[in-house]
Amino acid sequence: MDKTLNDKKSFFKSDSFRLFMGKYGIGVILFIILVALSIAEPDFRSSRNLINIAKQVAINGSIAFGMCLVITAGGIDLTVGSQLALAAVLLGEFVMKREMNVFVSCGLTLVITTALGMISGALISKFNMFPFVVTLSMQLVIRGMAQVISNAQAVSITNTTLKAFYQGKVGAIPVPVIILLVLAVIMYILLHWTKLGRYILAVGGNEKAAIASGVNVFWTKVMTYTISGFTAGLAGIILCAKTSSAQSNLGVGYETDAIAACVIGGTSFAGGVATIPGTLMGIIIIGCIYNGMNMVGISSYYQSIVKGCMIILSVLFDKVINKKK
Amino acid sequence: MAEDTINRADYILNIDGISKAFGGTQALKDVQLHVKKGEVHALLGENGAGKSTLMNIIIGLLQRDEGTIEFEGKPYEVKSPVEAMQRGIAMVHQELNPEPYLTVAENLFLHRESMVGKSIFLDKKSQNARAQKILDEFDVKFTAKTMMQDMTLAQVQMAEIIKAVSCDARLIIMDEPTSSLDSNETDHLFATIRDLKAKGVSIIYISHRMEEIFEICDQVSVFRDGRYVESRPVEGVSHEELIRLMVGRKVDNVFPKVDCPIGEEVFRCENLTGKGFENISFTVHAGEILGLSGLVGSGRSETVRAIFGLDPIQSGKMYLDGKEITNKSPKDSISKGICMVNEDRKAYGLCLFRSLRENISLPNLPTHQPKLLLNQKRERAEVSDVAKKLTVKAASMEHSAYSLSGGNQQKVVLSKWIMASPKFLILDEPTRGVDVGAKSEIHTLMSQFAAQGMAILMISSELPEMMGMADRVIIYHEGHQNGEFLREDIVSGKVTQDDILAKEFGK
Repeated sequence: MDKTLNDKKSFFKSDSFRLFMGKYGIGVILFIILVALSIAEPDFRSSRNLINIAKQVAINGSIAFGMCLVITAGGIDLTVGSQLALAAVLLGEFVMKREMNVFVSCGLTLVITTALGMISGALISKFNMFPFVVTLSMQLVIRGMAQVISNAQAVSITNTTLKAFYQGKVGAIPVPVIILLVLAVIMYILLHWTKLGRYILAVGGNEKAAIASGVNVFWTKVMTYTISGFTAGLAGIILCAKTSSAQSNLGVGYETDAIAACVIGGTSFAGGVATIPGTLMGIIIIGCIYNGMNMVGISSYYQSIVKGCMIILSVLFDKVINKKK
Repeated sequence: MAEDTINRADYILNIDGISKAFGGTQALKDVQLHVKKGEVHALLGENGAGKSTLMNIIIGLLQRDEGTIEFEGKPYEVKSPVEAMQRGIAMVHQELNPEPYLTVAENLFLHRESMVGKSIFLDKKSQNARAQKILDEFDVKFTAKTMMQDMTLAQVQMAEIIKAVSCDARLIIMDEPTSSLDSNETDHLFATIRDLKAKGVSIIYISHRMEEIFEICDQVSVFRDGRYVESRPVEGVSHEELIRLMVGRKVDNVFPKVDCPIGEEVFRCENLTGKGFENISFTVHAGEILGLSGLVGSGRSETVRAIFGLDPIQSGKMYLDGKEITNKSPKDSISKGICMVNEDRKAYGLCLFRSLRENISLPNLPTHQPKLLLNQKRERAEVSDVAKKLTVKAASMEHSAYSLSGGNQQKVVLSKWIMASPKFLILDEPTRGVDVGAKSEIHTLMSQFAAQGMAILMISSELPEMMGMADRVIIYHEGHQNGEFLREDIVSGKVTQDDILAKEFGK
């Protein structure tokens, strides 16, 4: 008995275990959570529920991918929640009040949120201001814009084409799931297969070395905020379709879940370390926890506590596993 | 028995049979170190020989797996540098990280501040007075109220040494203390070391600079590959012998400079002026290694930083291949074929936690990967090709730069620029913090690059390196050019180290 215990200890301390967990730890945790929830609540593993989870995580997932790039380049984007509200309000204005074509409206909405992301990025990298302060202020500006446009009135979305962004299906797969998967593939290619991706990792890893290697740090940073503006706009469209209502108080606190997904997925807040598959798993883990706790019947107050602890634990886990000599 | 007691009393530190492993790597294997009271004991070895690991064990940053340590005749177990300091052992690190907004006095009394009585309030007045009294014992140009951020590296180092002494340290470990000092500051440091020695303080001195060991040390212990090799009195041991002990093979030519034909002009600057340098004019030709020599802070690094586009140029002109150019950013320079190895490898050279592959290809992506998507297969092939040519020792190109020794990291930095096939290569301290073996390999590579027709501009604080490698040496003094020496005069002995030093000091 004693001996097996010792063996276990040495296994958990061994290098091969560390290497394995450093690389695939997040997948292992996801697997454990899935198994645990399936045992605790058999309904959890029903295909209906799993598809449901996939639909629910699409919004946070879209935001998290943009956030992942921003954090990797050494920044943070706190505007995403208000970008969601602005996107919804714009859609209410374009589609319901002006009766414009849905796709044109979505396109315009994305252009606006993307441009706002670009402005945050330009302010941050041009004047070397703290990302936290700039995006905290921009978040107020954007939320205010949403309130001005909507006049603080909720607009009910009745257009079925717009609602299809959340409710619709292509074959058996819901539209938001398709959007999330396509976005995941694009982001994977962007971060791991393009020059921009390399530059993002380099700028976050060591900004001075990136400058001395001829990287245009200004544009690299601006691009991350711009992309974050785009993915937040996309999330806003899905959210608007989900709630069937365009109002300026949507999306409050959404940046927390996105940041949590990134951190749980192994994105380093110090910058320069991130993977898209890791972030995707972080997104799914957050979704499973919400869904699972709902099914088991844990109140949302406790869910919040659990989520906070999860973030701290995942950072701690990363520190222990990837302990630097 | 009596003899044994006498021997024991002579030694302040006795280390025996220390082993330490990190995972599967044996960093130290059964090593010993015996330091006498009032002795300057050099610790010599290539990077990765285990010197840092042993020092970290002594100051409590790491715990040993096996072995015994005895300090002042008593068993010695510490868990942190603070505890080590309380026992009487202090370390002055190679990379100094002072708190920039503290004054010298505040830094000196950090964690043991003067208080007003037993209250929670600081007594700044008495603390400053006490600090000034301690400083007065040393020949320093700063006062107790000087801010740490306003001091030069040499002064910060001196402050750290004074701090160690004021804490009543009987053993001070100095890790590469002269790596950022010029010869003047080095002399001052040596004077301080001799003072400390006279007061009975023992010093463990780690350095890659052989000349210093001969100048200041009494005893030298050599480590190789995590093992103890030998310990000898410095007197009577030769330079070549030490290198042989350290490397385990004979390095027959310290500076393997191969003379090659000097070709057309590649780079020329006229009356270049910027922050820290004025009216600098010189020409570098294909195949030539031009050296910029001067004291630290004389404007050498400032000049090359401005040429490379890291800092602005106030006035003056630059020409590449006869055509006038302006470099607004490193990106500009790189696209024109000007590359630079920065003196600060960790800050400007590498993204330490990214892979070697990513580091090497970073500046080369625009030229080597013109398509939208990266061709990673070709990238892998090209990167390992250049790394092989430059003898980078790494298990794979996917390892992080962090895991390599200083010498190999420097070769990775060189690889990324060689892959860009520059016309004009600037090397600022190309062998700083690099072990002897890798140093001579880098020198060989420099000769090869020159032979391929590259124009090379080299900065080095080590005069032997400067004299051994440069075809022409331009001397800097306080931001101005102060003379020029040719290789043939140096080789023939017409110009000596003393002549160069004299010019550097402005004579």
